[in-house]
Amino acid sequence: MYSDDYLYTKEHEWVRVENGEATLGITHHAQEELGEIVFVELPEVGKVLAAGDTLGSVESVKAVSDVYAPVSGEVIAANDLLADKPELVNQEPHSGGWIARIRLSDKSELDGLMSADDYEAYLGEEKKH
Amino acid sequence: MNSETLKKTPLTEVCRTSGGKMVPFAGYEMPVQFASTMDEHLAVRRGVGLFDVSHMGEVFVTGPDALKLLQHLTCNNVEKLKDGQIHYSGLMYPEGTFVDDLLVHRFNERKYLLCVNAANRDKDVRWILEHQTGDVQVEDASERYAQIAIQGPKALETVQPLVDVDLSAIKYYWFTEGHVDGVPAIIARTGYTGEDGFELYTANEPAPRIWQRLMETGRPFGVVPCGLAARNTLRLEAKMALYGNDIDQSTTVLEADLGWICKLQKDDFIGKAALLRQKEGGLRRKLVGFEMLDRGIARDHYPVFVDGRPFGHVTSGSFAPYLQKNIGLAYLPVEHTAVGTPFTVEIRGKQVAAQVVETPFYKRNY
Repeated sequence: MYSDDYLYTKEHEWVRVENGEATLGITHHAQEELGEIVFVELPEVGKVLAAGDTLGSVESVKAVSDVYAPVSGEVIAANDLLADKPELVNQEPHSGGWIARIRLSDKSELDGLMSADDYEAYLGEEKKH
Repeated sequence: MNSETLKKTPLTEVCRTSGGKMVPFAGYEMPVQFASTMDEHLAVRRGVGLFDVSHMGEVFVTGPDALKLLQHLTCNNVEKLKDGQIHYSGLMYPEGTFVDDLLVHRFNERKYLLCVNAANRDKDVRWILEHQTGDVQVEDASERYAQIAIQGPKALETVQPLVDVDLSAIKYYWFTEGHVDGVPAIIARTGYTGEDGFELYTANEPAPRIWQRLMETGRPFGVVPCGLAARNTLRLEAKMALYGNDIDQSTTVLEADLGWICKLQKDDFIGKAALLRQKEGGLRRKLVGFEMLDRGIARDHYPVFVDGRPFGHVTSGSFAPYLQKNIGLAYLPVEHTAVGTPFTVEIRGKQVAAQVVETPFYKRNY
């Protein structure tokens, strides 16, 4: 379920890093918790974000869930397909349902993110509470 | 509030074991959704859905002066009700605002059943008792009743096999007494979804069995159990008011665009003088339905701007699963309430365009 090629956050985002660019989305677990996603608010390309800033939001019928920037940098792409097909986030959360791409400004921030094993252990911990 | 202090309905356990995601609501542990709010909503629009509405309050008002008391306390005209008929009404403060909104069921001239909001039940009963005069008894029977709502175009076919009355003979907003699965029941053709449907009032103990039986009789029609989230989106598409959101102690029945339940020509009732004054002086604001024009879902409590100036907030807002639009309700200045009037909703700091539309957003065509 959770690829070793990705990194994960406690806010249930995933990050895939290639050539200094971080593609991100919400995890399978996050989309499952939200239910059918009916709206995705995408970030503006060109916007510069600090890690932890609100990048956009993902909404189900019932709930709004903020998406945070897992790393600092400039937004270089947003997945415009989600404007008309927000359900892609449910169907392919880790691939076609990607939300944005950020050009990393500080690679050391990646050290603070979780590996797949760590994320699965974290999900196990959350379930206990 | 933790789960130990929450009350359970007779159906809480059935809902939980059927996959209900349980949440606190009006002091009860209730299902907010089962598998999918979207599927539940669409099942009710196209087939049939079941709702545990046992949290709703049931209050009997009986005695020779029952009619007189209810005429005094509520804004609709109780005298017009025939035996077996139901109407929607408001329990009014002297300001013409809502203590609660409710359904009034007339058994006969001396016996009425009020179905009230769970969260308002104690307040309502206190209010009624404070104004009790003459020969009338008020009984809060809520703890004795389970209530199941069966809603959707296939509701009648789902319920009919289990009852000993001809459901097609009951008109919308009428009720009868009969038996469901052999158990005495009040069988009302009412609901909070904009669809045809029934609300069954029975004793607590047989309710789980009746629920299971309805799941069986409804199977050919794709019946699903439905949670509070679907109940909310269904009632919003039908523009049915939600107490605490769209109406409350600060909104008058006229501002809420519920003039049709407000019978100002009837004899004196609590709130009448204030409502007459408001009607003569002209309303300042009115509840309207709106649709988002630009991308964004207006949610409850998001700020509303008219001509760039703040004016209240969204009272109910959501994605509408059947209409596939982003809709909502809000109080707007009365001169800005014509269909087509533009305004904006602030969504996470951004002004997003909306416009007033015809309501109800959804109207069934059968």
